Amino acid sequence: MARIIGGVGTTHVPSIGSAIAKGLQQDPYWKPFFDGFAGVHKWLAAVKPDIAVVFYNDHGLNFFLDKMPTFAVGAAGEYKNADEGWGIPVSRPFPGDAAFSWHIIEQLIADEFDVTTCQDMLVDHAFTIPLALLWPGADNRPVRTIPIAINTVQHPLPSPARCYKLGQAVGRAIDSYQQDVNVLVLGTGGLSHQLDGKRAGFINKEFDLWCLDRLVSDPAALARFSTLKIVEEAGTQGVELLNWIAMRGALTGRVSKVHSNYHIPISNTASALLVLGNETQAELRKAS
Amino acid sequence: MKHEIPGTVVFDGALAQRGLALNKMCFSFNDAENRAAFLRDEDGYCDKYGLTAEQRAAVKHRNVLEMIAAGGNVYYLAKLAGIFGLNVQDLGAQQTGMTVEAFKAKLQSAGR
Repeated sequence: MARIIGGVGTTHVPSIGSAIAKGLQQDPYWKPFFDGFAGVHKWLAAVKPDIAVVFYNDHGLNFFLDKMPTFAVGAAGEYKNADEGWGIPVSRPFPGDAAFSWHIIEQLIADEFDVTTCQDMLVDHAFTIPLALLWPGADNRPVRTIPIAINTVQHPLPSPARCYKLGQAVGRAIDSYQQDVNVLVLGTGGLSHQLDGKRAGFINKEFDLWCLDRLVSDPAALARFSTLKIVEEAGTQGVELLNWIAMRGALTGRVSKVHSNYHIPISNTASALLVLGNETQAELRKAS
Repeated sequence: MKHEIPGTVVFDGALAQRGLALNKMCFSFNDAENRAAFLRDEDGYCDKYGLTAEQRAAVKHRNVLEMIAAGGNVYYLAKLAGIFGLNVQDLGAQQTGMTVEAFKAKLQSAGR
């Protein structure tokens, strides 16, 4: 049976890709950010995921406003990155797991989440950068991946409650997969930032720290917000928190915090990292 | 009742409809050849995508707030900004009427 070993929430700011390419990890500006990942690398070496399910948002690489799915699930054997227009290096492709993707799609649709399915899907920095942070090295591809894109671009966005329920449905789908694989769930983006409008540069440390706390112990508190309340508190792009809420929903067992980091600013963003362990229901039954 | 957030434009259906031509042009800048074509002949490139007069003026002025008012979405506008070598601190400084240095200092101060 597939086993959800935990979840990771991480910022996906594009300039991180350039910093990696230039080897700036120990540069004074970047060090407080990159040093946060040592704890994740140690944990990943111990829990050994085979699969990464990645909740993220596309920024106009694969999807345009002509056809904008609310939820889209990748069902490809491989996912390519491409030029996004502003000069971050293009990553090598990431392996997929089409059979596992179709299992998740079948379970989601049976569960009344009528997702868009993508057999051909470019993945942008919101997908590639978190994986590069977790598994550094341009050719390092130790996990197969399943991208799940959430629309955070064009309102109306799915509500936090809906994203949380999507995550829960994905968690149930993973739990019911009959292959012996370890699954890590990622939620990318955020935390607070706003690129556009007269409020550009808005950051809300107090709200972010509250969210990082609630994501561990009380994710339903986040699911009770309206989308626009999150925009107000976290900024127009801080609404990428929806990806984190979905990730947390997918952790169906007993969740505990393994590691976290929070640093302001990376580019215009309050950067954050949260690593959550998940003891599955099956493990909890065995232990009792 | 509409949820108003000061200094913030929520990119909704009405704006997505108004901004389609501008955003479509910016989406094309994922391709290096298209970026070069824009630089060679800006007017001709704007013609090809059918930009409205408001959108053309905003692009000509290199003015982000005007582009947003014309329906531009920042994720697509960032691709246009990239052509001019501008990053999101440059965009933030322009929109808030600050120098880039002052804008960066404001970001730093949010961490304290």
